[in-house]
Amino acid sequence: MSTPFYVSPQQAMADRAEYARKGIARGRSVVVLQYTDGVVFVAENPSRALHKVSEIYDRIAFAAVGKYNEFENLRIGGVRYADLRGYTYDREDVTARGLANVYAQTLGTIFSSAAEKPYEVELIVAEVGAAPEDDQIYRLPHDGSIVDEHGSVAVGGNADQISSYLDQRHRDGMTLAEALKLAVESLSRDTNGGERRLTAEQLEVATLDRTRPQQRKFKRILGRQLSRLLDESGGDAAADAGAGESGAAGGKGAEDGGSKDNGTKGKGPAGEDGSEGEPLL
Amino acid sequence: MEANTRSTGRLPAAFLTPGSSSFMDFLGEHSPALLPGNRPLPPVQGAIEAPHGTTIVAAAFPGGVVLAGDRRATMGNVIAQRDIEKVFPADEYSAVGIAGTAGLAVEMVKLFQLELEHFEKVEGAQLSLEGKANRLSTMIRSNLGMAMQGLAVVPLFAGYDLDREKGRIFSYDVTGGRSEEHGYAATGSGSVFARSALKKLFRDGFTENQAATAVVQALYDAADDDSATGGPDMGRRIYPIVTVITEDGFRRLTDDEVSEIARTVHEHRLEQPDGPRAALL
Repeated sequence: MSTPFYVSPQQAMADRAEYARKGIARGRSVVVLQYTDGVVFVAENPSRALHKVSEIYDRIAFAAVGKYNEFENLRIGGVRYADLRGYTYDREDVTARGLANVYAQTLGTIFSSAAEKPYEVELIVAEVGAAPEDDQIYRLPHDGSIVDEHGSVAVGGNADQISSYLDQRHRDGMTLAEALKLAVESLSRDTNGGERRLTAEQLEVATLDRTRPQQRKFKRILGRQLSRLLDESGGDAAADAGAGESGAAGGKGAEDGGSKDNGTKGKGPAGEDGSEGEPLL
Repeated sequence: MEANTRSTGRLPAAFLTPGSSSFMDFLGEHSPALLPGNRPLPPVQGAIEAPHGTTIVAAAFPGGVVLAGDRRATMGNVIAQRDIEKVFPADEYSAVGIAGTAGLAVEMVKLFQLELEHFEKVEGAQLSLEGKANRLSTMIRSNLGMAMQGLAVVPLFAGYDLDREKGRIFSYDVTGGRSEEHGYAATGSGSVFARSALKKLFRDGFTENQAATAVVQALYDAADDDSATGGPDMGRRIYPIVTVITEDGFRRLTDDEVSEIARTVHEHRLEQPDGPRAALL
């Protein structure tokens, strides 16, 4: 019979943390940015079916990096939690803070239980408020801690580098196109400093848009609308300022999951110079 | 069981167990007591007195469907409520109108809405219109015990079928039996009169506005002959609820739009109390 080696609790935790961090570092990053009308989620994700960003409830969305089956499990758990809570009490009683707490407890318990493998995931839970000051963004690392974030956040392999890039450039009151441009710039910077070009097909983009008339504020930005926004933000600064953020905000009725060019960006710089600008297509 | 929704502890195992995309199935496994059909029924002598909703009508037109309901709830021979709402959006492309015991019906609608939303969030895709109609069947069937005690709920379900590109109407009986109706349908105590009126007024080539006018006419006729159905209340400015579902999604006509239709219908009735005449041959 061999006696197991003594491993100090500090060492055991450090090992588990390193294991989880290594798993997370293998994945591509997700960034979340506040803009005037809400919160935008941008992920590098070539899959159209396996999402890194998803709706949880009316005003709450979820983004994750790491092991797909693990964060998918947490996502469905969150949807069940939110739907059950809203059904038992009221839709208003479902909050990002409550959900983030439940996730933190869950991740924390798994992380410190010797019987379970730590989850190799890092989550973001965001809720859009009535005004930009009321937006809430929580970052949940693998060990179950909660970080209350503002402005911009990045999680995933290259998160530290991307975060500092975003911190320097993100400002309040950005339009959707500006925020998207910044997000894509930050994601396309490689670990070794090189730049890659990310196309619409490689990106998964979604917003929590407070101007949406529906109760459910989550909306994916797909296909033509995404290409249009990327083109618009990709152009040079002068063209951006001239073109304005014009009246593509056509459909005032129900939006149909993003196949139309409904304006997710109601008020842009167009308001500032007073001109409507011409529709961009 | 309920403590799970309230505590901020770790998500219970049931939340993280892979399983069905149905909220009702999840509820059935996790906290069956919250499912309306699972409540134990106390023995009752005679019928239970509870407010009842009355008449719902629907009419299809090329490109969509109109679903409308009167505003009266009755309890025996007493008017329990003058401005009850009996037509609700089920999701973006469908709506449900309810006749029968108001309390149970409203709860059923709430659960039905959640069921559709939950599926959509978990699967990342909407149920087919047929699938939604079948889900509603299951819910009515689970209420059979209550229905036998006089607390029946009989909805009318209408939606836009994105695959077939047309509006469709489904009616139900108290045992959950479902049948697709072609052109027009009605349910509730005034449905006999409403259906007869619609039978004479309905044309295949209705515009949206003509379909809306036809259902208001039908509700007027139902109110004319059925004491439990309320007509447009000109004095209190309470008009029927009229909703339209098209390719663009669900839309409830505004008070102004409905009041204009209702006033026009009412004014013609002052001249011709029995309403428009159909040709004899």
